Amino acid sequence: MTTRIVELRRGILKKNDELAAELRARFAAAGVLVLNLVSSPGTGKTALLERTLKGLKARGARVAALVGDLETDNDARRLASSGVPVRQINTHGECHLEAEEIGRHLDDWKELALDQLDFLFIENVGNLVCPSDYDLGEAIRVVLLSVTEGEDKPLKYPTMFNSADTAVLTKMDLAGPCDFNRELAIKNINEIRPGMRIFETSAKTGAGFDEWLAYLAEEQKSRH
Amino acid sequence: MHELSLITSVVETVTESLAAYPGARVEKVRLRVGALAAVVPDVLEFCYGIATEGTPLEGSQLVIDVLPVVVHCISCDRNVELTGIQSFRCPVCDEPCDDLRQGRELEIDSIEIEDADEVKQ
Repeated sequence: MTTRIVELRRGILKKNDELAAELRARFAAAGVLVLNLVSSPGTGKTALLERTLKGLKARGARVAALVGDLETDNDARRLASSGVPVRQINTHGECHLEAEEIGRHLDDWKELALDQLDFLFIENVGNLVCPSDYDLGEAIRVVLLSVTEGEDKPLKYPTMFNSADTAVLTKMDLAGPCDFNRELAIKNINEIRPGMRIFETSAKTGAGFDEWLAYLAEEQKSRH
Repeated sequence: MHELSLITSVVETVTESLAAYPGARVEKVRLRVGALAAVVPDVLEFCYGIATEGTPLEGSQLVIDVLPVVVHCISCDRNVELTGIQSFRCPVCDEPCDDLRQGRELEIDSIEIEDADEVKQ
């Protein structure tokens, strides 16, 4: 009996990776900085985004957001109150966003011109596992960790924390009541992703937003 | 839990590649999965049984090679293998390492097939 081995050497996510590369080139050509926000459900992606969109808009930046959720358009409605263009993507059970969805929604979003934007935020589905494998063509992947989740989250989800470029600690106004050990959380993040920039924020009080918004503006400027 | 969609993509890719080998039977499908890929090998295997039903891959074996994380250590000036994914430090000199060289792979490596004329005998 003869059997033979055929080498395929092909990425399982090749289609997604190719679409993401096309999107990345498209975003770069349009001069828009794209950020992919990832975290567990309930970490405060929408709250961070709400304040970020308002803050950037107040500074004269042109911003828009794509918001992923399994169901409901609650987040998009919340964010629309900030007065910037927002579009909801319902994944209907899929636990992550894929590059194809981003491309399709941008194509369908006729009123939105990418080259008229400085920032496009993508709020991923709340999930610290699956979204880490899916490139969306973003320039910066931002992972969020709230003080209510525990300092060891980076060690429990190393795959996601390692794939991120920047980390944002959220709900810092609750750090005291939660006995949050800030140093330990930062140490754990650095253990998984040495040297990653970490911002400490509270969307409720606005603490840390000056640094966060300044960082975003700096990144936008340096890349375009 | 995106293992089923990944495996469905594997089945599609392998089925497409079989067009070049008419009548061949698939014995094995070999994957390369990095230790930092967000998948569980056992779940991939479970999904494989379901996803291959009624396809040319039905009854074949899924082999998963898990690749350890490899980072480049600047201090040692060489690539080093990590023993786990809980700490991104060089196991030799303990320096933090953020230059990932291997560990995120999600690839179909190869397939093992039995040719059509062999099957007929």
